[in-house]
Amino acid sequence: MDNYEIRKIKDRLMQILVCLALLVALIPLFSILWEVILKGAPSINLNFLTQPTPTVGEVGGGAANAIQGTLIAVGLASLIGVPLGIVSGIFLSEYSEAKLSLAVRFFNDVLNGFPSIVIGIFGYTLIVLSIGFSVIAAAFALAIIMIPIVTRTTEEVLKLVPATVREAAIALGIPRWRTIISVVLSGARKGIATGILLSLARIAGESAPVLVTMGYWRWWFAGLDMPVANLALNVYIFAISPFESWRALAWGSSLVLILLILGANVIVRAFTKEKY
Amino acid sequence: MFKKPLTSDNVFKLLTAAFASSIFIILGLMLYELVKGSQLSIQRFGIEFLVGTKWDPAISQIFGALPLILGTVVTSAIALLIGVPISLGIGLALSEYTPRRLGFAISFLVELLAAVPSVIYGLWGIFTLIPFLRNNVYPYLQATLGFIPLFSGPIYGGGVLTGGIILAIMIIPTVSAVSRDVFSAVPDTQREAMISLGATKWETAKTVVSYARSGVIGAIILGLGRAVGETMAITMVIGNKFQVLPYSLFDAWYTMAAIIANEFTEATYDLYVSALIEVGLVLFFVALIINVLARVIVWRSLRLVRGVARE
Amino acid sequence: MVTSLYKFETENLNAWFGSKQVLRNINMKIREKAVTAVIGPSGCGKTTFIRCLNRMHEIVPNAKVSGRVLFNGIDIYNEDIDSVRIRRKMGMVFQKPNPFPMMSIYDNVAAGLKLNGVGDKQKLDSVVERSLKLAILWDEVKDDLNKSGASLSGGQQQRLCMARALAVEPEVMLMDEPCSALDPMATAKIETLIRMLAEDYTVVIVTHNMQQAARVSDFTAFLYLGELVEYGHTKDIFENPKNELTAKYITGEFG
Repeated sequence: MDNYEIRKIKDRLMQILVCLALLVALIPLFSILWEVILKGAPSINLNFLTQPTPTVGEVGGGAANAIQGTLIAVGLASLIGVPLGIVSGIFLSEYSEAKLSLAVRFFNDVLNGFPSIVIGIFGYTLIVLSIGFSVIAAAFALAIIMIPIVTRTTEEVLKLVPATVREAAIALGIPRWRTIISVVLSGARKGIATGILLSLARIAGESAPVLVTMGYWRWWFAGLDMPVANLALNVYIFAISPFESWRALAWGSSLVLILLILGANVIVRAFTKEKY
Repeated sequence: MFKKPLTSDNVFKLLTAAFASSIFIILGLMLYELVKGSQLSIQRFGIEFLVGTKWDPAISQIFGALPLILGTVVTSAIALLIGVPISLGIGLALSEYTPRRLGFAISFLVELLAAVPSVIYGLWGIFTLIPFLRNNVYPYLQATLGFIPLFSGPIYGGGVLTGGIILAIMIIPTVSAVSRDVFSAVPDTQREAMISLGATKWETAKTVVSYARSGVIGAIILGLGRAVGETMAITMVIGNKFQVLPYSLFDAWYTMAAIIANEFTEATYDLYVSALIEVGLVLFFVALIINVLARVIVWRSLRLVRGVARE
Repeated sequence: MVTSLYKFETENLNAWFGSKQVLRNINMKIREKAVTAVIGPSGCGKTTFIRCLNRMHEIVPNAKVSGRVLFNGIDIYNEDIDSVRIRRKMGMVFQKPNPFPMMSIYDNVAAGLKLNGVGDKQKLDSVVERSLKLAILWDEVKDDLNKSGASLSGGQQQRLCMARALAVEPEVMLMDEPCSALDPMATAKIETLIRMLAEDYTVVIVTHNMQQAARVSDFTAFLYLGELVEYGHTKDIFENPKNELTAKYITGEFG
């Protein structure tokens, strides 16, 4: 067994490399969290949470309008995204083998990985060209991003509801559609909620589609046909600006975003772990 | 007994099917709108757009996207070169080398990486990654490899390589998660066969990768899809310089997604907007092809792996 | 065929899955160059036992082993012994044939050799041929060595797995219910194979098929609820069992 020692060394080496890979991936994560917390925390004060964005050169100000705007945009998006996503998910799980299902599932997956800026352009041509840069256009683009996520999680969660539940209901003479709405959906309530939460977290962080459908806005909400301020977009605008105070706002806004998004992810994880 | 054609169940099926079919409308309409919006530019430049190397909105109003395409390709390639080995390592670590509980925790952390918004990557890129690379990494790189033109020239911190690095970090969650899934789906009987032959852990792991290799390819293509479409993070670190070729990896450059983000709101006249939309159209096709390919391969491989296992 | 050397000697072998004890104080001496069958009802621990012989039991999370297993006189569970090295000396065939589908028939058989660094094409060719002949598979596949390992029938796949195990010239062949997934004809071929192997190898075979044990083995061990109830020459066990439990199992009263 001449090569045995070499094999052993290779084995040990690869074990180290593989674990190193884990470390290499986790370092950026911790670095980002660290920096955002370190540099963002000082910015979070009462002003930050209550004042709108300052004008050029003005010191102080906050992200209150951006928080408001983000909530509005995300809320509007979910008005379209959530119903469409859930009903699509229901179709995919209840009629899973149908040819239409295979096609829908396939293209939903395709849309899932799509560049959000292209979706933003879609919102631009469809809505901005008629109504102008507006929160409606942004919400439209965000809704499109939401739909595949909600669809997929709804489908997966519904599929987890055991067949026995459905069978029992049908045996009782309840029509299939009622079974699905009353019995199956309520059983999957939690899972669907977490899916929605995940998708909300995702679109709250989107800035590319917001950029091309709304652009920068520094005031409060001014109507559905007008833009609103957006937390994620502000991070971009402020980060590349030459003003120190604006850059501080960028970090502060990032901290708020990260807390919201990561918080949502942690909640979702806590829920899904329960299932196992 | 006849079957009534319009039962409540049938209506339900129809309704839900209609909702589900909205995906086709969305994608179809998107394509239509992109083509419509690009009309001006397509009519003016034709195929020249794809090979044109001049982007001059101010004076001659000529637009050509080749450098953007090149920039996208190169940064994505770098992202894959760096990100894929790390991702495969993570996938293997999670499926072969770590005990279950620890694996859950680590998978969770890696998924958190995916949840960080692109702008925050960009922000971190500008103020943390770039200074770090500029001060601690690039000088050494240039000192050792500077004789290769790729590593020559002034270092300002951002640019092509930095763009590739940040993209690599961003694709790791996707590629590693899919890899982990395909590796875990490989039946234990395969591992046992290797172990009983007296294989080391690494040799067994290699067999697992080999068994799942089509899934790995799918994962890589998925990662490529993410890299190609990435916008904010890359536009914040790559320098946004339109040129046919950069002088080296340390020079600034541009990608398709970055130029749209950077110039869309500044596009003051129709042809300019149309040109940017056409860039978006190209991106649409690139993303479509990549994502379709990836899904087909991943689907097929997961079915294959699970199918063999089921027998 | 009767020698005084024992290939394996287990001393107070105990095994657990987590907190569940699967083997209790197994003391058994397995003769070399003979076929030893391990029989017993489902859950009696026979698969666990055989997997303790090549240290495969411990690769499952939460698995534990205590006691000694002497192989050629050396305790394989000694801290200084490398499990990888030990497994190299034993070949194992599993309940469900598990050829490597992404490798050709040739590469399947050569897999173990390549692990050990054998690269010489001629050497590989000759060992592959020898192993496939030994496994009574050569004539059926010799023209199609490049086909995928998974393209064969179930019985052929199992013989391929045997060829793969035999290629590295182990001293022992461990077989965990090798015929349970196969049809009678394929089973017959494998049983013939096992009898042939006994001339040069020590074979331990787990089987739930008593007739098979009677046909194929020289010695039989009867396990029940993790304990070794009776062990001896196959003839004696089947015709004259000393233990009442054994008799009951043999006659089919339970299990």
